Parts: sequence; C-alpha cells; structure tokens
Amino acid sequence: MLEDKDRIFTNLYGLQDWRLEEAKKRGAWNGTSDLIAMGQDWIIQQMKDSGLRGRGGAGFPTGLKWSFMPKEVGERPHYLVVNADESEPGTCKDREIMRHDPHLFIEGCLVASFAMKAHVCYIYIRGEYVDERNNLQAAIDEAYAAGLLGKNAAGSGWDFDLYVHHGAGAYICGEETALLESLEGKKGQPRLKPPFPAGAGVYGCPTTVNNVESIAVAPTILRRGADWFRKFGRENNHGTKVYCISGHVNRPCNVEEAMSIPLKQLIDKHCGGVRGGWENLKAVIPGGSSVPCLPKDICDDVLMDFDALREHRSGLGTAAVIVMDQSTDIVRAIARISYFYKHESCGQCTPCREGTGWMWRVLERMAIGDATTAEIDKLLEVSTQIEGHTICALGDAAAWPVQGLIRHFRGEIEERINNYRSDRPHVAVAAAE
Amino acid sequence: MASRRPAKDQPASFDWTPENQAWCEEQIKKYPEGRQASCVIPFLWRGQKQEGWISIPMMEAIARQLEMPYIRVYEVATFYTMFNLAPVGEFFVQLCGTTPCMLRGSSELREVCKKVIGAEGHVTEDGKFSWLEVECLGACCNAPMIQISTKEGDHYYEDLTPEILEDLLGKLARGEQVKIGTQHPGRHTSDPEGDNTTLTDPALYDGSRAQPLKEIPNSAPKEPAGQ
Repeated sequence: MLEDKDRIFTNLYGLQDWRLEEAKKRGAWNGTSDLIAMGQDWIIQQMKDSGLRGRGGAGFPTGLKWSFMPKEVGERPHYLVVNADESEPGTCKDREIMRHDPHLFIEGCLVASFAMKAHVCYIYIRGEYVDERNNLQAAIDEAYAAGLLGKNAAGSGWDFDLYVHHGAGAYICGEETALLESLEGKKGQPRLKPPFPAGAGVYGCPTTVNNVESIAVAPTILRRGADWFRKFGRENNHGTKVYCISGHVNRPCNVEEAMSIPLKQLIDKHCGGVRGGWENLKAVIPGGSSVPCLPKDICDDVLMDFDALREHRSGLGTAAVIVMDQSTDIVRAIARISYFYKHESCGQCTPCREGTGWMWRVLERMAIGDATTAEIDKLLEVSTQIEGHTICALGDAAAWPVQGLIRHFRGEIEERINNYRSDRPHVAVAAAE
Repeated sequence: MASRRPAKDQPASFDWTPENQAWCEEQIKKYPEGRQASCVIPFLWRGQKQEGWISIPMMEAIARQLEMPYIRVYEVATFYTMFNLAPVGEFFVQLCGTTPCMLRGSSELREVCKKVIGAEGHVTEDGKFSWLEVECLGACCNAPMIQISTKEGDHYYEDLTPEILEDLLGKLARGEQVKIGTQHPGRHTSDPEGDNTTLTDPALYDGSRAQPLKEIPNSAPKEPAGQ
C-alpha cells in the first residue's frame, strides 16, 4: 500500500491551488536546473533504471524510447510531442494532471525535451478538454513569466518553447502517428511504420511521443532517485500509477497507487468496494475499453500490472478499471464498446472500417438473443481477421473486448439465444431447416 | 466511421471578427515556417465558436488564409466529430453514452434529453437547445456526465441523475447560473465521495517538499552496470 509521502501527484483532486507558487511548495520545479546540469545521458539512464513503462497503454519502457532519438541534432530539429488526447473509455487521469498539477507536467516537458535535445514541445490535448486546455495554457503562461520556459529555461541554459495544440474529437488521434498527422493539419489517419517517429515524426523530423503521465512523473523520479521509483511494484512493472476506477463501485475515483496492487484491494480500499459487495461482482475491464474483460474468479486475486494481466490474456492498458456488477447486461456493455470502435475507426483499413460495424451489428442482435450459436464462432473468427491486419492498433483494440466476452461469457450469449428461440417456435424451426 | 456532410443551407460569406483575426495571426507563430496548415483545427474551432457551426464559406476562407487546398480543410472539417456542420442550439448538450457512463445510467439521461429538448439533433424552436450522444468524454470516474457547449465555453457537468439534469437544463433555459463540474454534494472533483483515502498527510503541503535538494540521487560517478 502506497503511503502519501510517496505519491507524486499531491494535488490530484484539486483540493490545493494549482498555480505556480503553491505548486512549488509541493515540490514542483525544485532543483530543475541541477537535474538538467547532470546531462542528457544521465537523465536517460535514470529513466531506464527507474523501470518506468509508458503510461499511455502500451507500456513501452520510457527511458528506452528516449534513447531512440538521434544522438546528435542534424539538419532537422528534434521534437517532443506529448499525447494528451486521453480518449480511451474509462480513462480520466491525464485530465486531472493537466488541471490540478500542471506544473509537474510542464517541468517534465522541459526535462524530457532537454534529454532528447528538443527545443520545442507540442502538447496535443483532446478537443473536448476545453477547460483543461485553458488551465494548462494559464500555467504555461505563468511559467514563461517566471522564466521557467523560453530562453534559458529555468536557468538551465537550454532554450525551450512549449505550445498547446488541440484536436477536435477523434479517438484515433491518441495513436501516435495519427496524432502527428493531426498536428500537421490533416485527418487523423495513422501512418505506416517504419519510419518510426524517432526517425521521421512531426514535419518529418525526429520526434518522440509520450503520454502525459509518463512525462509528468519524470522530474520527481530524477529528484527522488530511480531506485525510489523502482521499489514499488513487481520486477518489470515498477513505480506508482494513477488508476481510474469507474462503473459499479460505491465510490468511483482516481487514485495514485503502487503498481502491482491486487485489484480487489484497490477497489475495496479506495472505492468502498463493489456495489452490493464483492460477491456481486460480475466482470472487470482492467485497462480501458480496449482490453478484454475478466470474470470475477480471476479478479479475486489478480495483480494490477502489465505482466499479471497479460498472463490472463488481458492488459493493464491505461489502468482504467471499469467495474461491472451482477446487474450488468454484459453483452450490451461490450456491444456499446463495439459501437464506440465503429464510430472511431478512421476508415483507412478495410478490416477495421468494415469489421467494427459488422461486429457491432452482430453483438446488438446477440444482446437480444436474435442470433444463432454458430454466429458466436463466426464473430470470434471475424475478430481474429481484424486483429493484426490493420495499420494501427485500433483494429486490435476493437477485436479484444469481443474476444474477451466470448472467452468468458459464451454461456450467457448461448443462453440468451436459446431463450429468444424458445419464445418464438417459428424462429427455431426456420433455423433448423 | 461517422458519415458527416455539410448542411444544405449555407451562408454567402464568412469573415473573422477583428479580435479573432488577430488571434489567428498569433497562432500561426506557434508552428515552423511553411507549416501553417497545423492551424487548421484551431482555426476551424475558433470559427465554430464565432458562428456556432462550420460553413463552406468558412472552410474556403481558412483554406485561403493557410494557403492550403480547400479539399484538405473540407476533409478535416468532416473527419473530426466536434465540428458542427449544421447549426446547433445555443446550449449544445453532448451526452456521453459510452460504456462507463452507460453503466452509471446515461440511458436515463438520454430520456431526459428527449423529453426536455426533443429528438437527437433537433434544435428547439427558440434555438436554445439541441443534443447529441457522443463517445467517451474522459470523465469516467464522474459518470454519467454531459458537456454543454455555448459560444462562451464548453463545460463538463458530472455525476448526474435524471432529476439533476432536468433541473440543470431548466436553469439554463431561464438564464440562471449553474455549477460547473461534479453535481454530487459529497465530491470535489474525481475524489471518492466522502472522506478521501489518500493525500491526507499534512506534510505534503507544509512546504517541506520544496527544501533545496541536498544531493541529486545517483549523481556520484559510478562504474557502468554489470561490472
């Protein structure tokens, strides 16, 4: 169990003032120029040693990602782009960082940009977060006025400009290359990789794209030491993490906890338990809508980290825990997720553009039972035809929740189909012929 | 994919207000020379704030301004779902209907919208309201929720019940002030209802964390790992 003294986001709930003076009292901007004076290699090594894995969903080691940037700046400038296009259903953590602890985040942008030899950083924030964007811009203006950004930022000798850019309601722009397309003023359609952004990113220049949380924790890791961060969580899954717990719990909330905390403990300790008690739990989606759901028997003792959830064929994703109790119509809940992916598919790859709509329509029928049991296997097969056959991971993200549903709740779908048929003798006859 | 087309009735022309024109010129400076096309989303958004929706003359004007082909602006305007391609109500209600909100009762909120405002996409006779179901707005710990956009701003209203939403829409119709954010009396933002389980240690806020660093951790020269 994480103690308050080890929490990074001390104003997660906005109970304190987010402005510069108060943020400094909470430790932001403390010794920033000293950290930068340690040099690029030291910063990247510390990030590697800390074991931080990217907080945007994929869990790629942050320090390693930073090290992919060219060692020397050539003709093309380097860029840091921060992915603040938080749109994964269930996820609402970056929003709290940007509106309540913006200075930790801005400081992180400076440190990370310096480490990757970037003089300019763009923050791409989702269009719907208008109040958050205004808040973040106000914090950046404060930082400029205080000399923490701009020429010789924070007395570090590094010139650094930080700009806020926004989207306009497209989930796909959370995919890093779609985000770069959008930042360049185009439709958010993902690019083929390679080239990877570290070789040719925004405007064709070397670019690193990081999640808000990954960037915002960096200065604190450097100040308190990689080994401090590393002591939380299991091997290969280190650090602290902001979890977003929504759905059928008594007290939904965001909370910063240690990695590898047992799911049950997370829900019982911070969220007042599952509505109606733990026995009333039906399923949990542990990492945002893209990952497969887990039934209660797995939830009983599963740990919240990348590897433990992977072992159960799900994932930590963004650590957005969506809890569903026994009253949930799980087929309908997943059908709604399928509708989401149908709506958000960018339309570039045929398996995703056509497949997401097809899966949604079948699931809508299954939700009322108007299907055949053979269609369950058909649905599973189609989902595997989408998975891995598209440019970006949205196809996978659309397929996984459907696969999770069939893997764990097949009996429920079959029962519904049988009930539908038993009420309608003519349907049963027609299907038998 | 969402199929989106411009409205049939289009205005004859579009011009920025002087204030917005000046704002545009400032924005272009954020991007490298020759990369002004990056401004297309911010400009369309600003145009939508000015006019309430995005017309074809506006797209044409922005294309000229950013020296990019009109079709590229059209593509962007029709791709991104926050761009209204037809007029909406003065209070444009966007109801989040994705699974986390659905689990907490967004279906009941949809009924309230239907009852108070009418069919989805319909603008009320007085031009005050219209509503749309949208995808996840990213406030899932405060579900169910809506966003209401006006020319002045775009705010989230969270932890709703059908009663609270109906009351809220009534207040807006009467021109009364409404509280932004969570409508739950026991919550501040995304903290749990009632007493917080974390961030209660006063030492976090007494300034002790701002003490100068005595020594930067791991700053002493050391042998490379593995030796």
